Amino acid sequence: MDPDLALLLNGVVSGLLLGGLYAAAAAGLSISFGMLDVVNIAHPAFMVLGALIVALLWAATGLDPLLLSILLAPAFWALGAGLYVIYHHFFERRGDEAIQGLAFFFGVMFIVEVGLVLAVGPEQHFVDAAYAATTWRLGEIDVPLRMLVPATVALAAIGALALFLRHSFTGRAIAAVAQDRDALRLLAIDPIRIKRLAFGISLAFAGLAGGALVVVQPVDAWSGHVFIGRVFAIVIMGGLSSLGGCVLAALAFGVVENVTASFFGPSWSPAVAFGCLLLVLAVRPQGLFGRMA
Amino acid sequence: MSDAIIPALPRPAPPRRLGHAGFWLAAAAAAAILILALRGMGSEYAYFAATFVLQYVVLATAWNILGGYAGYVNFGAAAFFAAGAYTTVAVGKAFGLGLLPCIGIAAMVGGALGLGTGILTLRLRGAYFAIATLCLSVVLQTFIVNWSYVGGSRGAYILRPRDVPFGFDSYGGYLCAVVLVLAAAAIAIARSIEVSRLGLGLAALRDDEAAAEAAGVPTLRLKLIATSISGAMMAVAGAPLPYLGSYIEPTSAFGLSYAVNAIAMPLIGGTASWAGPLIGAVLLSSLQQAATVTISSAANLLIVGVVLVVFVCVAPRGIIGLFRRRR
Amino acid sequence: MSDVVLRAHAVGKRFGGFTALSGIDLEVRAGERLGLIGPNGSGKSTFTNCLAGAFPSHDGSFTFKDAPLAGLKPHQRARQGLARTFQLPRPFRGLTVAENVRVPLSFGGRGAATMESAMACLESVDLAGKAHRMPKELTQVELRRLELARATALQPELLIVDEAMAGLSHTEVDQILALLFRLNEGGTTIIMIEHVMRAVTEFSQRLAVLVAGRKIADGPPADVLALPAVEEAYLGR
Repeated sequence: MDPDLALLLNGVVSGLLLGGLYAAAAAGLSISFGMLDVVNIAHPAFMVLGALIVALLWAATGLDPLLLSILLAPAFWALGAGLYVIYHHFFERRGDEAIQGLAFFFGVMFIVEVGLVLAVGPEQHFVDAAYAATTWRLGEIDVPLRMLVPATVALAAIGALALFLRHSFTGRAIAAVAQDRDALRLLAIDPIRIKRLAFGISLAFAGLAGGALVVVQPVDAWSGHVFIGRVFAIVIMGGLSSLGGCVLAALAFGVVENVTASFFGPSWSPAVAFGCLLLVLAVRPQGLFGRMA
Repeated sequence: MSDAIIPALPRPAPPRRLGHAGFWLAAAAAAAILILALRGMGSEYAYFAATFVLQYVVLATAWNILGGYAGYVNFGAAAFFAAGAYTTVAVGKAFGLGLLPCIGIAAMVGGALGLGTGILTLRLRGAYFAIATLCLSVVLQTFIVNWSYVGGSRGAYILRPRDVPFGFDSYGGYLCAVVLVLAAAAIAIARSIEVSRLGLGLAALRDDEAAAEAAGVPTLRLKLIATSISGAMMAVAGAPLPYLGSYIEPTSAFGLSYAVNAIAMPLIGGTASWAGPLIGAVLLSSLQQAATVTISSAANLLIVGVVLVVFVCVAPRGIIGLFRRRR
Repeated sequence: MSDVVLRAHAVGKRFGGFTALSGIDLEVRAGERLGLIGPNGSGKSTFTNCLAGAFPSHDGSFTFKDAPLAGLKPHQRARQGLARTFQLPRPFRGLTVAENVRVPLSFGGRGAATMESAMACLESVDLAGKAHRMPKELTQVELRRLELARATALQPELLIVDEAMAGLSHTEVDQILALLFRLNEGGTTIIMIEHVMRAVTEFSQRLAVLVAGRKIADGPPADVLALPAVEEAYLGR
């Protein structure tokens, strides 16, 4: 095979696998930002929190990191529900969501990150999953299990979430809260309770994504920063509240970034990805605001 | 003796009624006292600490012109700040220019960057604008990291000139005086915007953009003016940075601590008037200086985060709002 | 300058596949009091938004004071003397009542934005006593009056009043009507969009009726209200 073509194919495949990881990171935000209109800029910081807790627990127990992150989900759910209660009490209820709310999550992000530095140190943490060293070779294409397993688990979890949103009563209530809060009141459902529940799910996904992240790459306290723009870009490009769109955008994002990295060098890939978001924001804002109108 | 002059300092409480002449006299008096006091101490560290604080006064005041007056949250303050710092590096290296012309050019670069950001993001509101500015920061950092002329990811060394201009006792003292003048100018600009037609228009579009348009406010033009002025001033705040530390590299110049401080300081002080960012910057950056010396540099960021969260929850109008009854 | 201050020619607006407004022709003479009525969703507010420039792309064209409005931004239309109020009052919540009025005075480009002119403007809507209050301290009817004060501060030739009466008491409606009559006597052309029929019939010299995005009637109020099609549109639903 032509070496350039092989490089491209490999770039695309590992980009898709990377996209699976991005989808996990963005799915939670698609709930909080896309459906609940809560601009949780600290979402990636919570993902890193999950990653580092998984790394510590893995070092202590030797259990599979992805299993650990699933076991952690209830704790993250509780954390998210608690955070939403604070946010609602001080901002949403007061109608001061815009600037103060943004600054609140910005501050929370800082507290989480610096807290992590103080607790576990600034150095990188990693895990060694049992399958991490294995790579399947399909012709010229490498498929490392280190990428494949987290991507698969992440996509499965997103699939489960989509089923939950579509078919359970609570799930449909979450989807409804995105569209019309008053309609829920008429159905005698407390929108605040629904939003609390949904925000908890959103953070549980942040924890899960953290588990996937730490399998893929070593993580330090500041690793969340590069993800802020990425996950917001993915959620916005995916059409805000649509999980399917979110997954597609994540895969596309992973491919663009990865192909750029393989052809121009990894230091350029963030600029390309963020340039995409800037373009989307500048050219198609009406698509972004469609739901709010 | 100095006790007799201290009441002439611009107290933050009722400055609206102070005339322009009175304000300038008070500002000049405060600046002169500060310089003389620092000179009296005669320590390089005192100069450094004062420059550090004043630099944040400029940055916070600049952020507030867009964030506080117009209600557009800029998460990319670090990008503008670093653009100023790297202008000094690039221009200094290419043309051998000193600090003052570099500051002028940094203002132009920052203004152009602000105008560009405004044009690119002018249709975005609220969170979308904030996220776009965050992305801009990453894009700009990527370019600097890949630009080897200014040192790329390795960073660049800047040597302070050996001869100290204008009869200052050290270069640190000169730098401090320059940044002091910049801070006074920044506050003067913010204050005149506040009482001007521009300030009224920005306040109107902050509250309701469509209603402002219907009242004849050219919202787009005012937003572009605000992003340009704010961008220029943030770059000016960053321009002296390479001389302050003698070494600059992208990770620290684009550090999120600048972004978070630029937001936290006005919000803690109060975004409605020029005094808010000043109070917030002086308090928060002094606190950080103290924490860096006594505890650790990570801890001081934690303090900023906690103070920010507590303030936006408990005192959404900042320190000024606590003391001043609503108009 | 001709007698006609505003001419709408074949104005239409689609949102995706939904036609909100189509083929609207309308002429408004200088100094006229026109009532624009129609059921909810008939396109009245869409028409206002097209005219005021809030929807930049629509079919057809507007001519205001013999000059086309196409391509002008809302603030440019406001400066030309085309003012509107919003259906739900939208005060600048961070500014005092007087400052709210100073915004159009400063940016409308017509006369000085002094404190005196702001007070005079508030005087005309009986809000002078609350000049230094914040909007959230005002009652609903006072907010409507502030909305009107902000529009009249532009000293417009044409004022579009979008449902200023909804939810007001009998006397409150009378107060606003008196205010609008005074403005009209001063030479301002007024288009009143309204559901409160008593107010429209008392105020208007002419009525235009929109139903499902089309104009179905236009003429003297008594004739228009007697039309079977209008009756059907209002009662037959």
